[in-house]
Amino acid sequence: MPFLTRALLTAAPLLCALGPVRADTIYVSNELDNTISVVDGQSLSLVRTIPVGRRPRGLELSPDKRTLYVAAGDDNRIDVIDLPSGKVAGSLPSGEDPEVFALSPDGTRAYVANENDSLVSAVDIASRKVVGEIPVGVEPEGMAVSPDGRLVLCTSETTSMVHVIGAQKLTLLDNLLVDTRPRWAAFSLDEKQIWVSSEIRGTLTVFDRDSRKQVAHIEFSVPGMDRELVQAVGFVLNRAGTRAYVALGPSNRVAEVDAKSFEVLRLYLVGQRVWHVALSPDETRLYTANGNSSDISVIDLDSHEVIKSIGVGRGPWGVAVAP
Amino acid sequence: MTAHRWLVLLAILIPAGSALAAPPQHTILVGYLGQSRDPPLPVGPLDEVPTDQGLAGARLGMADNNTTGQFTGQRFELRERVLPKGGDAADAAKKMAGAGIRFIIADLDHDELLAAADALKDTGALLLNSRAPDDDLRQENCRAEVLHVLPSRAMLADGLAQYLVWKRWTRWLLVTGPTAGDHLYAAAVRRAAQRFGAEIVEEKPWTFRPGNGRSDTGHVVLQTEIPTFTRSPDYDVLIVADEDDRFGAYLEGRTERPRPIAGTHGLVSTAWSPVAELWGATQLQNRFRRAAGRWMTAVDYAAWAAARSLGEAALRTESADPATIAAYLRGPDFLLAAFKGKGLTFRPWNGQMRQPVLIVGPRLLVSVSPQAEFLHQGDDLDSLGFDRENSSCRF
Repeated sequence: MPFLTRALLTAAPLLCALGPVRADTIYVSNELDNTISVVDGQSLSLVRTIPVGRRPRGLELSPDKRTLYVAAGDDNRIDVIDLPSGKVAGSLPSGEDPEVFALSPDGTRAYVANENDSLVSAVDIASRKVVGEIPVGVEPEGMAVSPDGRLVLCTSETTSMVHVIGAQKLTLLDNLLVDTRPRWAAFSLDEKQIWVSSEIRGTLTVFDRDSRKQVAHIEFSVPGMDRELVQAVGFVLNRAGTRAYVALGPSNRVAEVDAKSFEVLRLYLVGQRVWHVALSPDETRLYTANGNSSDISVIDLDSHEVIKSIGVGRGPWGVAVAP
Repeated sequence: MTAHRWLVLLAILIPAGSALAAPPQHTILVGYLGQSRDPPLPVGPLDEVPTDQGLAGARLGMADNNTTGQFTGQRFELRERVLPKGGDAADAAKKMAGAGIRFIIADLDHDELLAAADALKDTGALLLNSRAPDDDLRQENCRAEVLHVLPSRAMLADGLAQYLVWKRWTRWLLVTGPTAGDHLYAAAVRRAAQRFGAEIVEEKPWTFRPGNGRSDTGHVVLQTEIPTFTRSPDYDVLIVADEDDRFGAYLEGRTERPRPIAGTHGLVSTAWSPVAELWGATQLQNRFRRAAGRWMTAVDYAAWAAARSLGEAALRTESADPATIAAYLRGPDFLLAAFKGKGLTFRPWNGQMRQPVLIVGPRLLVSVSPQAEFLHQGDDLDSLGFDRENSSCRF
């Protein structure tokens, strides 16, 4: 018992301090200057810049949040960043020109979109080996793994499909035609739905996961803006399955969507050419990577206000948040 | 837009673990009809003259279609024919139609294109023009059998004019080369000046013989001749019309006044350029370079977009039927994603593909027209070229 007491006593001040303090750390991939920007969620300031391989875009945190994986497209590899030291500790093979990848929920495998080869590569992270390749449509981009780890999604931009891949045997199960230039895909956390964004039509399509029937088709518009500028790119769903936040590219807006009724609730004005978005772990904030203004916007989701923009590297593209 | 389940039935029938079998094949035949041309004389030592311009773009577009086709059961087959000089385009087009080809990517010049179009009248075949920029083909000489994928000269000139007027470089010195194409380009520049409020302060015809600049002392001659030649009332920008790349490159650094050069050289308006990298263009550039071993030109891009338009229409209509595909191409639902930031569509009044025009320098993209300041009551892209109101095309 003395040991436990001591541990509690030591931890107590720390726990108190953690209460009101926001410990989020935001990682942003900057595709034009080959860096990762690290932003502190408490002070909302840039605290560190980590050099990585060329043209970094897709980035994912390991389940234990100690490792950040970054796809370096022009170097044909995925850089592995050890977060405690803030240094690139090694790399994974990825197949040619990796743009986006998704990790299996247990963190053992990465599924990589090889844009130039019309392939999805499955990479075993422990052995650093490509264990399978699945041919998909032209310009694969958006990748997602179902929360149970059994299904993998890949959007192919020029083919305009979302491909459904069985993770165990790495076989193609289905191909769903969607609107022009699909960019991003996700499973709802209850696993019942597949969401896909289409850039050129500026829409989101929602499918039932099992029947693969269309459940909803969501259109976006910004008052007074040319329809062509309203393009749907990255998006994120919250854990409760009540909201989707959708980056609308060159319209410089993020849409908040009711994920049950599929109604667009509001638009947030953010930086220029918003590519991707990520929620804070407590889901009270949304961070957006704004490609053309080289900054990120911070949205307070309780007050529905954009509270800050923070300069990062050049061409911010992807964003990930660690607690 | 309905989602579509292509392969669900097959997925059920195939035992788990086997690779997903190819769905039943429906073949869509596409012709490529090109013609032999004299290769242009290189102006400088860095110039590379591709011999497969257009064809390489068509092949890549078809390869893209077939990658998609493996999931939809559609197979695209390219039948290639390149006419010898003076070859009979009408006969070649008829033979293609006779062989069951209903879509022909026409990498043909003006006269050959018209001959092919007239030969295909009432056959139900469709030509996709990927080479001829002539405005009359979109106006008085338009044909119902032709869709134009390449922008017209008027679109190129309008795109450039919008940018120059936005810059307030509105006084132009127009230098026109000797070819018929150069004169037509100059006519498009005059029309653009009038439409967007620029003034042509003087026009000069270029009459020097091509190739002289490459002789050993050529630079000495050019250094003295070009300042004299470009002497004129003050202007903001020199616009050069030299479509065959015979002399335009000589002007830079030699003009009487220190003024920028635009048009076919210097600041160029074009459908495509190796410098394009926005909107995912890098992906197309990489794919093309890997396949063709060189940079992608505007003609390659037009042939690629022609092939891809057919692929997109076949995908969306789930059909290999030529009439269905052709109707969809012309209809309101067609939209091609083609790395220009906006979906591309065809104008119903003359079959011209609406598209942004790139304004490029030798190494980088400078701008993309239409410029946001030039509003249009309908589609901003219709501020380039011949709008419905000023169309004289009657199918």
